[in-house]
Parts: sequence; structure tokens; C-alpha cells
Amino acid sequence: MATRHDTAAPPAKEGGAAPVRPPAVVTEAEQRRRTRLSRRWRRDMRWSPYAFVSPFFLLFIAFGLFPLIYTGWASLHTVELTAPTDMQWAGLRNYTRIFDDDFFWNAARNTLTIGIISTVPQLMMALGLAHILNYRLRASIFYRVVMLAPYATSIAAASLVFVLLFGRDYGMVNWALHFAGIGRIDWQNDKWPSQIAVSAIIVWRWTGYNALIYLAAMQAIPQDLYESAALDGASRRQQFFHVTLPQLRPTILFTCVVSTIGASQVFGEPLLFDANKGASGGAEHQFQTLGLYLYEQGWVNQHLGRASAIAWTMFLILIVIGIVNYVISRRLRASS
Amino acid sequence: MRARTRSAHRTVAFAAVAALGAGLLAGCANDSGGSSGSSDTGGGKGKTTITLGLFGAFGYKEAGLYTEYEKLHPNIDIQENTIERNENYYPALVNHLTTNSGLQDIQAVEVSNIAEVTSTFANKLVDLSKVSGVQKSGWLDWKWQQATTKDGQTIGLGTDIGPMAICYRKDMFQQAGLPTDREAVGRLWAGSWDKFVKAGEQYQKKAPSGSTFMDSPGGLLNAMLGSLSTRFYDSSGKVVYKTNPAVKAAFDLTAKAAQEGLVGSQTQFQPAWDQTISNSKFAAVSCPPWMLGYIKGKSKPDAAGKWDVAAAPQAGNWGGSFLTVPKSGKNVTEAEKLAAWLTAPAQQAKLFSVQGSFPSSPAAYTMSAVTGARNEMTGDTPIGTIFATAAKGSPVQIIGPKDQIIQQGLTDNGVILVTKGKSPAEAWTTATKTIDNNLEK
Repeated sequence: MATRHDTAAPPAKEGGAAPVRPPAVVTEAEQRRRTRLSRRWRRDMRWSPYAFVSPFFLLFIAFGLFPLIYTGWASLHTVELTAPTDMQWAGLRNYTRIFDDDFFWNAARNTLTIGIISTVPQLMMALGLAHILNYRLRASIFYRVVMLAPYATSIAAASLVFVLLFGRDYGMVNWALHFAGIGRIDWQNDKWPSQIAVSAIIVWRWTGYNALIYLAAMQAIPQDLYESAALDGASRRQQFFHVTLPQLRPTILFTCVVSTIGASQVFGEPLLFDANKGASGGAEHQFQTLGLYLYEQGWVNQHLGRASAIAWTMFLILIVIGIVNYVISRRLRASS
Repeated sequence: MRARTRSAHRTVAFAAVAALGAGLLAGCANDSGGSSGSSDTGGGKGKTTITLGLFGAFGYKEAGLYTEYEKLHPNIDIQENTIERNENYYPALVNHLTTNSGLQDIQAVEVSNIAEVTSTFANKLVDLSKVSGVQKSGWLDWKWQQATTKDGQTIGLGTDIGPMAICYRKDMFQQAGLPTDREAVGRLWAGSWDKFVKAGEQYQKKAPSGSTFMDSPGGLLNAMLGSLSTRFYDSSGKVVYKTNPAVKAAFDLTAKAAQEGLVGSQTQFQPAWDQTISNSKFAAVSCPPWMLGYIKGKSKPDAAGKWDVAAAPQAGNWGGSFLTVPKSGKNVTEAEKLAAWLTAPAQQAKLFSVQGSFPSSPAAYTMSAVTGARNEMTGDTPIGTIFATAAKGSPVQIIGPKDQIIQQGLTDNGVILVTKGKSPAEAWTTATKTIDNNLEK
């Protein structure tokens, strides 16, 4: 039994890499035992871990890596969806044309503005909701489930309902606004109203999810911090700003990163909010996001090469955003 | 002993992982291969299963045509897979055709895509003109030509067409002081779309409050474009929509109607547009036979019988489909027979009486199912005869592979903007810029 320790040794030091075999003390018995181990056993020891992890990597190669490389290759060609094997070399033409492609930059701006309009209120509301839910409430489980319900709703169903709510002539939002003395707003055809409406779908869908994450983090904050703050005479409000918020910093960073990634990939909401059921994001492309533009070029217009170049450009933009995010979070950590 | 149980555990674990992985892969593979796999297994009783890939509402099943065919051919079993919208159906079909997998035995193609299919995929589809019982004279000439390649292969058999007339509300026309008799209404604008817009101006002067003459700018533009023989492409296949004076004239006339408030500000087939039907917000709509069914579906019951159908200023066509048979199918010969049977005059006539899909076969026009057809919305109007006249008068239109993109650009990124306060020139610029960007490879 004791000799088994060599295969299940604890890590050599805390935080170290995989278990390191301690230099074996080679006794006579040990030698004999080792020679008894069949070659098959050794091969098993060596290769079966790879077999265990292989399903993920095989699937990743088939559905992640290969499409990535193929898309890169296709982006250097003029190629149509109707004949994907008929590729004509185009060099960097698909990329250079992006620079003066008004529709691309329009979509990029829309992605940014929709991202801001949806992410900022969403995270602030989530924080507020989590704070309220953190108090002792009657039926708190019920509220938590209710908050998560939008997240469990399909985007398609939600978007279709929102399209009806935001209708110009018969929509409920305009009906409510008219009591406030505000005239009819054309939620689909005017630029800012349409972006706000699309953002509203996103906010509705993700606020509860983020609130639950915040709530979980809040409940992990030690109670004695609040106690000592209270002893020092801090009000509820001060406690929130000086105890809760600093303790939540890593969680807030996490939700910011996840929301930024989500915002840069917004697709379903504007697609289904489109009055034309197409992918142009409104008659004047007023709420067409990058994801939607990519889809329009690839699937509606069938220009595989152009769509691939857009996909790679989006990928590069995301990397830049990721680096900026990283730098900011390091600054924050350094300053605290 | 211990080592053995360990390796036994390992084997079990490995088997589990392998099974899981295989399951995942099979789950993916099912997606593309499922249909072709099912077609050779049949119903287990030695039956041949023929699958159809359709979109929208063809109504074959509802009209009982499958049951009828299965009764005639006891060894055949028919299954259909329907996708609601052609925008989702067609890209998948393109993918399946390029990879030659996942195809059904019979695939439907919409008229806006038939030019692309005919020019790019003819080598993957069966030449149906050689199938016994199929004759060129069985279809309207232009319908037959649309699915025929330059070297004379006919890869699609016409199902329905959409000859356009004008459906109008008798009660609203009367209130506005316009004639209500369908002959007199037809004379009001016979021969020219300008006259049609003039009639609209006349309507608008005394219109019931809150109503417009026509439903939408897109509907008006579609009707005009549908009556042109040359619109987006010239006969050599070059894109000419921007320089074709007829297209610009249709665009400008629609924009004028929009500026004068003669058309609603909705986009067709959107919920908001549906609401204008149920609230009786417009008096006329350009109207292929299937539109009557749509109106019926969205109207309140009291609108029944208030509609009538008059001839359009110029006959045109809107919509219609074809059935194709991919060469790589499992049951090509049986599929050919079924496609020919489904598109034969008798079946087309039956489909019209049940589903409102208008036959593309002139032989059906004299059948009682067509001449005797009535619609709840239009009372005792002989709609079959009216649409048959429109069908015969429709021009042989030059269609191109990207018709849909161009048409959608002109309507949804074009004339609709005029109803939102943009000038016609701005709308034209937005439309052409969008279309050109979408066409550029």
C-alpha cells in the first residue's frame, strides 16, 4: 500500500505544477516490482490522460480551431456562399475595403453605443437590486427566481414581445408615454429610440443574472466588517459605499468583462427587432451591430470572403478591448 | 488484484468518455444526415419514403394531396419538412446543395431565388423536362423559362404563381366617392400607374378618417416592379437597376405617393402592418391570390364580404415557387414522378381552391375549381377568372440571381424612408448605396 505513494503524491509545494515524482529510492524489491509492471501498464499511464482530455480537444479542433483558420483563409479570397470551393485570391482587399466601408464603421459605432446604453444601466441596476435582496426579505427565494426568469427566456420570444411593446402606433410604451404628455416615438425607425429599445431588451434579460452574481458575492462578505463599521458609526449608505463596494471589486470587474464581451457580440436582439425581418438593422442601419453586419454579408448577401474578413477584424478589435480591460483592471488593483 | 480493479475502473471510465464523445459527434452528424438516412429505411414495410423540403405554406398536406398520392401508389410514403420563412430555408438549401448532403428528395425554390439556383446549381439538379408526363405546354411560358438554363435544362417545375390584381374595400371607396363596381374601378386606372396614384389622390380628399389609399410604399413599388419586363437585370445578365428608367420612375412615383400620404408607413408582413389590416386603415392593396388568404387571417370578422378585386393598371406577378429534384437524392425516379404529379393541372387547381395558391398551369384555368372559386373576403367575386386574366397578361420578366436583395433594398431601405420624412432623393441614395454594398462580392 505504502509504495503506492509515488503515483499519488501531493504537490511538492503549494501552488506548484502537477505532482512531481520524488526521486525514487531504488531498492532491490522496488527494482523487481518495476520490472514486473507490464509495458502495457506504462503505456496506459502515459497515454490514457491524453485520451481522457481528447474529446474536448477533438471537438475544439473540429468546431473551433478549424473554422477559425478556414475563416482566415477565406478572408483572403473572393468567395461566395453558393460556391465555397471556388476561391479567387484577393489578398488583403477584403480587409482594406473595411477602412472605407461606411456600413462597417456604422455598425461598429452602433455596437459601441448599444453596448454602453445597455451595460452601464444594467450593472448599476443589478447592484442596486442585489443590495435590496441582501436585506432579510419575506419570500426572498421567490424574488431571486423572478429575477432569473428573463435570463431563462429565449431571446426570440422576448424580442418579439418587445417589438410589440415598442410599436409606434399600437405599442404599449407609447401609450404609457402619452399619459406623460410625450408624443409618439418611432422606436424602430429613429436612431436613438431604436438603440434604446434594443438596449432595453438586453437590460431586461441580463440584469437579474448580474444581480444574482452580485448577491452571491455580497453574501460572502464577512458580517463582522459591517459590525465594526456600525460600531464606528457608519450609516447604511456609508456601509454600502465603504464596505460592500470595495469587497465587490473583483466581482464587478468580472461582470464588466463578461458584459463587454456580450455587448460586442450582440446579435439576436437587433436581428429580431428589425422591422424588415432582415439583417440590415433598420431601414437606415440605425441599429445594425457588427455581429448583424457579419451575418448580413455572409448569409443574406452570401459574400463569404467579406464576411470572414469582418469576423477577423471583430476578433482583432476584441483582443484590443481585452488588453485595455486588462490594463485598466491592473491599474485599479495597483491603486487599491 | 488491486491493479486489475483499477484498470477495470479505467476501462469503464474510458468507455463512458468514448460513448459520450460518440454521442456528441452523432448528435452533430444527425443534423445534416438525418433526412437522407431516413429515406432509405422507409416505413419498415418495404415502403419508399419520399421527403419534401418546403418553406412557408405550400398546403400539399392540408389539401390532402399526399394521402391521395399514397393511395394511388401504395408503396410510397411521403414526408415533408417545412421551414417557416424562405430567408431561413434558402441559405440552408444553398449549403446543402454545395456540399451535396442533407438534401431532401424534392426541394422547393422560391421565384426570387430560382435564377440563382438555375445558374449555379443546374448540374446538381435533375432535368425535369425529360420526365414522362411533363410537357412545356403544361405551364405558362414565362414560368417554364424561369427554371430553364441557357442550354435548355429545366430544373424546376412551377407550382404556383402570384398574378397581381388590386384588392379594395368597397365600403371605403364608396365613402370616398369612388366607384365600387370592379369593372368601373378597373377603368379608373387601366393602363397606367400614374392614373392609379391619381385615383389615390382622389380617394385621400374624402377618405374615411385615419385611412390611407394603399397599405404601404413597399406594396405599391412591388406591384409596379412586378409589371415590368426588364427591371433589375438586362437580358445579358448585367445589373441595370440603377440606370433603368422604368425602375427609377416606379421609385419616384411611389415616393410621390408616400409624400402625399397616400400610403401607410408600415412595412408589409410586420405586426404593425397586420394591425392596419384588422383596423381597416387602408382601402386598397396590390393583391396576388394568396394575399386574400393573408387578409382573411388578419381581419376582424365584420370585414368579410367588404372586399372586391379589380384588375391592376398593368398585369404583373408577385411570388410563386418551383419544385426541384436533387440528383444526389436516394429516390430520384420516385421523386421525379411525385414532383410531376404535384405540379400537374388537376392538383394545382385543387390547391388553389384549398390554399389560394394560383396555378401556373393554364390548363387549370378552365377547371371548375378555379372558375368557381370564391373567397369569404370578396363575397361572390369570381376571383379565379380575374387572376387568370392577370396571369395571362403578365410580362415575361427577366429575373436575376440577386433580385431579392435589390428589391428589398428599394423597398425596405428606400421608399419606406419617404414615409418617415426623408426626401425621395435621400431615400434613393440610401437604397442604392445599401444595394451596391450588398451586391459587391
